[in-house]
Amino acid sequence: MSNTFQLEIVTPSRLIVQEAAEEAQIPGASGYMGILPGHAPLITELAVGVITYRTNSTAHTLSVAWGFAEALPDKVTILAETAERPQEIDVPRAQKAKERAEQRLKSNDPELDYTRAEGALQRAETRLNVAQSAGKEK
Amino acid sequence: MPNILDIRRRIRSVINTRQITKAMKTVSAAKLRRAQEAALAARPYAQMLTNVLKSLISRADVYDPVTGEPFHPLLVERPEKTVLLIVVTGDKGLAGAFNTNILRMASRFLQSKLEENIDLECIGRKGRDFMRRRYPTAPQRPDEALKNSATENEATENEQTAVSLAQRETEPAPPRAGRVQITGEYVGVLGKVDHNFANTLSQKLIGRYTRGEIDAVYILFNEFKSVLAQRLVAERLLPIKEIGEIDVQMAEEPTQEERQKRIEAAKSTGVGMRRADISAVDEAASTFARSPVDYIYEQPPRQLFEGILPKYVAIQIFRALLESIAAEHAARMTAMDAATSNASDMIDSLTLAMNRARQAKITKEIIEIVSGAAAAQ
Repeated sequence: MSNTFQLEIVTPSRLIVQEAAEEAQIPGASGYMGILPGHAPLITELAVGVITYRTNSTAHTLSVAWGFAEALPDKVTILAETAERPQEIDVPRAQKAKERAEQRLKSNDPELDYTRAEGALQRAETRLNVAQSAGKEK
Repeated sequence: MPNILDIRRRIRSVINTRQITKAMKTVSAAKLRRAQEAALAARPYAQMLTNVLKSLISRADVYDPVTGEPFHPLLVERPEKTVLLIVVTGDKGLAGAFNTNILRMASRFLQSKLEENIDLECIGRKGRDFMRRRYPTAPQRPDEALKNSATENEATENEQTAVSLAQRETEPAPPRAGRVQITGEYVGVLGKVDHNFANTLSQKLIGRYTRGEIDAVYILFNEFKSVLAQRLVAERLLPIKEIGEIDVQMAEEPTQEERQKRIEAAKSTGVGMRRADISAVDEAASTFARSPVDYIYEQPPRQLFEGILPKYVAIQIFRALLESIAAEHAARMTAMDAATSNASDMIDSLTLAMNRARQAKITKEIIEIVSGAAAAQ
């Protein structure tokens, strides 16, 4: 059996990744999971988080917010609502979004939609993390 | 006798106009190409989403085994008392009959639903202006006003709208401003349409639908498969009748004459008329979640299904927007092509008139000289 699988990451606006990968880590809704070639067929929902995958021993990271993934022995397809490579992340905007979400969480407003604010905070933090980790590699 | 100088001035002005229309045509053709690509790029996602939903239907106990009734509220049909109509027009004019046709069809749609209350959501400046002149705007809840302004500047994944749904359910809906009322308008979103906008809008619709404020959602837009294959359609977004099936309620095909004009415009700008080759993209997408194996579902199928269904609505809206944008550019390209050739015709006939006038003047002068010479002899 080959030691790679075809990895595709699709968003509503484009096909962002289409490569042969050796390994991928995806943020499943019930926890991160590592996928190697020959994985049993699986469908999962994705949470907000970071996708890491390896091609030719180089690691790549992407931030994703909501989506789902299908794993087959020779192919992994990820549908994500938004997926961004580190260099595409708008850091100031993510920073602002983070501050806004934090403020809202602190505000003690009884009308606050907690899950939503939390989600926003998570998305912003993931983006910042991904952007920073890529900055270190350079 | 027409003045040669005047005619010359007119010719010059028409030439200037032709230059402008020609430039606009070229720009529209370029934008059309980009819009087509965007519409194409959205296909795999839509296709895969549909596939997952379809494969989940059989496993997720979506339908009641005894009565066949669906469990999920978005699938349940109920009597239409209040209908929501999304009208997608353009932000700008000079696109021939593009906006007029859509609005005429919207009026026809409204005519066909005289018994029901109608809420309007207008996307595009032209449609908004048209509807505003006719129908009152619904009183907005404070949080929805926030939502609208959020979509206009930056809808950062809907972060502005942190109001709990539970809270809203207890509030009664505000009284209607009229049988037909405008509940939302979105101007300036068509320039760079993104999935977030479609997502935000679909969340608003789904929220209102599940709260029972509206019983059906229709979207009226110009469908665009290629330069040749276009039509106006009204599709029903909610309730979802069958996943993967587009529920067309009303359609209007273009006339033969319009079609002919489109062919000419496309030829002269070099825009491909046929549908782009999407079979490869579609084929890859269509295998998604379709393998004849038993999948391991990380979450219960039901939960997956319920998570994905709202996204399905969003992607439908997204597709409608992308197609409408492509259609608008195509319409503008056609209109500008017609304007350019009209200008050329006009220049030809004016040049002819000018030459005639000049010839007449020369002949007259010769006659004067000849008869003057004859008199002197």
